[in-house]
Amino acid sequence: MSSTQAIPTAAGARTAVTVAPRKRRGEGRAGWGLATPFLIFYLLFLIGPTLYGVVMSFFNSSLQHSGLGGFAGADNYTEALTSSDFWQAMWHTVLFTLMTTPPLVVIALVLAIFTDRLARGRWFFRLVFFAPYVVPSAAMALVWTWLYTPQIGLWDKWLSAVGITNPPNWLADPNWAMASVAIATVWWTLGFNFVLYLAGLQEIPRSLYEAASVDGATRWQQMRGITIPLLRRTTGLVVVLQIIASLKIFDQIFLMTSGGPNYSTRPLLEYVYDIGFTDFRTGYAAAASMLYFLVILAVSLVWFFTSRSQRKGA
Amino acid sequence: MGAESYSLSRRSLLRGAGLIGAGGLISGCGSGFVTGVAGVGAPKNTLSYWNLLGGGDGVRMIAMENAYQQAHPNVALNAVVLSWGNPYYTKLSLATLGNKPPDVAISHLTRASILARAGMLEPLNAAELAPYGLTGGNFTPRAWNMAHTDGTLYAIPLDTHPLVMYYRTDVCKKAGLLDGSGNLKNLDSPDALTAALTAAKKVTGAYGGVVSINNDSATQWRVFSTLYYQLGGSVLANDGQDIVLDDAKAEKVLSFIQDLVVKRGLLPTSVDYGGATTMFSTGKAGFYFEGDWEITTFETTKSPFSMTAFPNVFGGTYAVQADSHSFVLPRDPGRTDARRQEIFRFIRSMLDQSSTWAQGGHIPAWLPFQTSAAYDKLKPASNYRGVANHVRYDDRAWYSGSGSDFENIMGFAIAAVAAGQMSPAAAISDMRSKLALYANTKSPV
Repeated sequence: MSSTQAIPTAAGARTAVTVAPRKRRGEGRAGWGLATPFLIFYLLFLIGPTLYGVVMSFFNSSLQHSGLGGFAGADNYTEALTSSDFWQAMWHTVLFTLMTTPPLVVIALVLAIFTDRLARGRWFFRLVFFAPYVVPSAAMALVWTWLYTPQIGLWDKWLSAVGITNPPNWLADPNWAMASVAIATVWWTLGFNFVLYLAGLQEIPRSLYEAASVDGATRWQQMRGITIPLLRRTTGLVVVLQIIASLKIFDQIFLMTSGGPNYSTRPLLEYVYDIGFTDFRTGYAAAASMLYFLVILAVSLVWFFTSRSQRKGA
Repeated sequence: MGAESYSLSRRSLLRGAGLIGAGGLISGCGSGFVTGVAGVGAPKNTLSYWNLLGGGDGVRMIAMENAYQQAHPNVALNAVVLSWGNPYYTKLSLATLGNKPPDVAISHLTRASILARAGMLEPLNAAELAPYGLTGGNFTPRAWNMAHTDGTLYAIPLDTHPLVMYYRTDVCKKAGLLDGSGNLKNLDSPDALTAALTAAKKVTGAYGGVVSINNDSATQWRVFSTLYYQLGGSVLANDGQDIVLDDAKAEKVLSFIQDLVVKRGLLPTSVDYGGATTMFSTGKAGFYFEGDWEITTFETTKSPFSMTAFPNVFGGTYAVQADSHSFVLPRDPGRTDARRQEIFRFIRSMLDQSSTWAQGGHIPAWLPFQTSAAYDKLKPASNYRGVANHVRYDDRAWYSGSGSDFENIMGFAIAAVAAGQMSPAAAISDMRSKLALYANTKSPV
């Protein structure tokens, strides 16, 4: 790329100037060609349905009838915004995000630092902490449902072994169900953030630590003065990816509690699923998911602008 | 220039490989691709059949399909099993809207009436069914009646699957609950049922009985609605536009459940579906209340058990919650008369194998078998055959039926009462406010 700006003194350089644009145009074509299959899928299965969803949200569409159905104007949006079930589900989604994001960031960081410090056996801990992440949600939900099973579940056994004979009623208690799913989720998805942090740690030059220890800095001072600040970009990325992932909560709750007990864990996506697929009201479901989309979009935009200003500042 | 010629040849190589790959892709999955994209139907002699039957039911249905296939070698039966509940009904609706429905499909009768209202099913007329013996006189009247929507027949019932009472013969014997001939004593009153559960609890040392609660609104609804129907109650009327919940009756039932579970500790307050079957099969509970389909589970675990009709606890006109599997013909404008005949032959073949189907605990709807001596001998499944004409299906509404939000709303509130998390009065007001949202919404069907 920089060769095009070369000063045309030598003959070779001049040819570079004349050849380069033609060659670049060719490369651009090849790039588009290679991207086309993906773009077609993107248009067919993401952009297209999204636009259709936007249109559908203004109609009384039904799963039992073809076409859009009667025009509803903003009725679907009004219904969602005034529905206590909608807001309750939205709150559950936010609550789950608040419950899972801090531990998933902090624990991942702690474990990554721990693993990074190890002299030997690092591969083992990398594997152990990352392994749960590759388990499918259905398998994870099954295993944790067994763990949480009242009386015969392993948690209750282990807790009674250490003297806690009256454990909470995990998935069946409205006050504990969300926390129980959150604990399972932290175990399950920790590995992804862990790997990101591990990569971030390996980027930090060792010489900084050497210099610091020569200057007499303690381990803790090194952590606060070098590790944490230099991981700022990684942390920003991890936090935003985690918030978005947590806001998308559906699988675990659907499989482990079906949104119960008595709707106390139903997240927004399950609300959309219920009204769209169980109640056939696809138009209203589209409106609810558009409102949810706005929330995710807002989070993404906040990250986009903060990370851009960070980059400018750097 | 050597490098450039290399890159050119690499590019042309890739291009060539890509074309070959694409060509292979299209020709390779030619038939499926053409069928799916161009909309060319499957070969004429194929009969496609969708169902949602898993577990023991699935195994028996495959055996029945194989028997049909052997007897009809000229027809290629293409049976598809999809996961139970919403995923199944969603796919069935979308396939029908997309003009690619299966020839014949299983549907719950409570869902068939919704599909019929939406215009998804083909009406069936008596004249064309008569040659195959598919006439009202050959079916359980209650199920046959439910197979009609707005006076038109849309489904052919296969069975009735009511809520039943499983009991461990070893526990009940020790508890003195069996009579001289080894049958369970009559438990037709709140006191009798409470006393039996108390006696069983003494024997097991854990619980008298068990009902699945956690993450299982359907089972909770089955038990509550059975008791509530026995008091003569209804929940919905006027196709779901009116809520006719009788607060006094509902409170009576909920208080009874809460008394058994929370106050007396005769049933666990927290147990999921799998846990409930395990408790019963391992003898930690003497009674188990669930639909008739768990018979296979306990036969497999070789538990000493038997089954009988759910007792008439409140002593009114006998009633018990149930649904039925049935055969339906999803709407297909291109279906020929010959194809319809083939479908009816298939349905008749399935009904003729009711002896296989009935092993799964369901009461066969096909009277020639239901009234036979062979069914009599099928114990314990035939113990509760008498309830088939006293069952209650969910009150008709666009939002009721198996796997519906109606059952979820009711079941979640009932479970909260059974777990001691909510008072009966609070649960009833919860039910009312949630149901009102549906009653006031224009039907999307």
